[in-house]
Amino acid sequence: MANSENFDYRQIPGWGMDADPENEPTYPMKNYTGDDHKRINYERSQQQEPDVEILMSNERPALSRVFGNTVPPSGLSGAIRRYAFRHSEDSYRHWLPLILADRVNMVEGVIDDLSRGYIPDICTERGWKAEWKYNPAGVAKKVAIAAAAGLLIYWSCRKKHSKS
Amino acid sequence: MLAMNYRGPYRVRMERKPMPELLHPEDAIVRVTRSCICGSDLHLYHGMVPDTRVGSTFGHEFTGVVEEVGPLVKNLKVGDQVLVPFNIACGKCNFCKQGLYGNCHESNPMATAVGGIFGYSHTAGGFDGGQAEYVRVPYADVGPTVIPEGMDPDDAVLLTDVVPTGYQAAEMGGIKEGDTVVIFGAGPIGIMAARCAWFFGPSRVIIIDHIDYRLEFARNYAKCEAYNFKSMKDPVVFLKRITDWYGADVCIDCVGCEAEGNPLQTLSGRVMLMQAGAGTALQWAINSVKKGGIVSVVGVYGPPFNLIPIGNVLNKGITLRANQASVKRLLPRLIDHVQSGRLDPKGLITHRIPLSEAPDAYRIFSSKLDNCIKTVLVP
Ligand SMILES: NC(=O)c1ccc[n+]([C@@H]2O[C@H](COP(=O)([O-])OP(=O)(O)OC[C@H]3O[C@@H](n4cnc5c(N)ncnc54)[C@H](O)[C@@H]3O)[C@@H](O)[C@H]2O)c1
Ligand SMILES: [Zn+2]
Ligand SMILES: [Zn+2]
Repeated sequence: MANSENFDYRQIPGWGMDADPENEPTYPMKNYTGDDHKRINYERSQQQEPDVEILMSNERPALSRVFGNTVPPSGLSGAIRRYAFRHSEDSYRHWLPLILADRVNMVEGVIDDLSRGYIPDICTERGWKAEWKYNPAGVAKKVAIAAAAGLLIYWSCRKKHSKS
Repeated sequence: MLAMNYRGPYRVRMERKPMPELLHPEDAIVRVTRSCICGSDLHLYHGMVPDTRVGSTFGHEFTGVVEEVGPLVKNLKVGDQVLVPFNIACGKCNFCKQGLYGNCHESNPMATAVGGIFGYSHTAGGFDGGQAEYVRVPYADVGPTVIPEGMDPDDAVLLTDVVPTGYQAAEMGGIKEGDTVVIFGAGPIGIMAARCAWFFGPSRVIIIDHIDYRLEFARNYAKCEAYNFKSMKDPVVFLKRITDWYGADVCIDCVGCEAEGNPLQTLSGRVMLMQAGAGTALQWAINSVKKGGIVSVVGVYGPPFNLIPIGNVLNKGITLRANQASVKRLLPRLIDHVQSGRLDPKGLITHRIPLSEAPDAYRIFSSKLDNCIKTVLVP
């Protein structure tokens, strides 16, 4: 009965009796207008025309009136992102593939650089100049640890080699 | 134009990008005059936010000059100096109309859980941000606000995020006269929250972090007590003890998903990414607030979920309040606080770095080098 069209919940004994309009837990963050009950039937701006592929959450019926059109999905990472968007924001199958796609995308970025004949300057990109300027001891420690680890691997390889 | 370009975790570079274009009749193009790096950008920089695509330009805290406006823009004209709130908001949907400008339903098709934000991944709408010479600004009649005559541009740029977020963190705490307020995180947001908490009449404001120079800065800037959690055996017991074994009246999380201090949270959240970052600060907030107390969260956590002691929220009857700051709603009040001299946002700025050196600027802020609190990039 509760699902039927002409069910009138106002007839339930005590309906609304204890409602306290002052009890708005989000006040003063929210100026309650009551329009929430009109759902998504509000006035809207004109629709921005999609000029690239836009992946949309399956928890909404249509695109928002504006959106960003930067870096549309492409390549393998794009395929993973398309898969992710088949699942709702509630699902691990949405977020985990997106993280995976981000890592794949990073490799695609390097391949793209190299294919254009550009070798990414990792030192500058990672801000190592600043790290060296303000934290030379930290950098020296990192370099020392890396060198020690390198030497250790080298030695253990040579040992194995000489044994065989 | 010159723009910051994300290449993967811990890797950003400067590159030439095509000029942004008007894509909607309510868009404007703004020439950036200042843009900041935020703790939120670090979550992107560290690869913590899903759908952060290689080639994106970050930056959600910026001021600029209006260069071009779409045919339906009425309130702005070419040449106006504007500060641009980090939220992209339509001003017409039910959420905007109720003052929830951080929750607009018409600015981000890619997720319903968050509104559009400049330069904040495709999860927040896929917009390029302001760490560039120019930027596309949608709904130009709603967010962008002409910088009042005489206002210092450094104050203006901090009104786009840091000041409103710190203020709302305190506001959501529902602080009452005489309350004891504990703030986790002495980054720009926590320090501003500590300063703004005083507007609501508490008797004690306490800030917790593990970086001594930041605690010292907070003590001076926000006139609060400051303690290093590395020097405590157990931060929750420490806070209970200094609040007469009662708990704080209000706890505020200004740390978010990259918290330190709890190896299990760090391992599962930041190393293995089995949860959306480490919930350490939120866990401490819940466990050190009094029964019936309020926990206010502005520290950012990503999808899909975090391990937090929700059972204690229930058993202690805690009210949890959280949101992205609603910048536009708060601007009139905050502009008044700044213009009357009560608030000094620019006092947070420790570094002024050319936009072209953004990769170094990211490293300095991320590694907390050179006593950095807040960095402004200048094109
Ligand atoms: N809700 C919003 O609208 C909004 C807006 C801006 C920023 N933020 C978020 O606020 C948070 C802080 O931003 P910020 O710019 O100050 O960043 P920040 O990185 O400079 O500051 C974070 C501080 O927290 C400290 N910290 C780490 N673990 C801690 C712990 N367990 N307890 C106490 N302190 C700890 C760090 O040492 C650091 O000083 C970020 O998560 C950011 O994304 C939210
Ligand atoms: Zn910010
Ligand atoms: Zn809206």
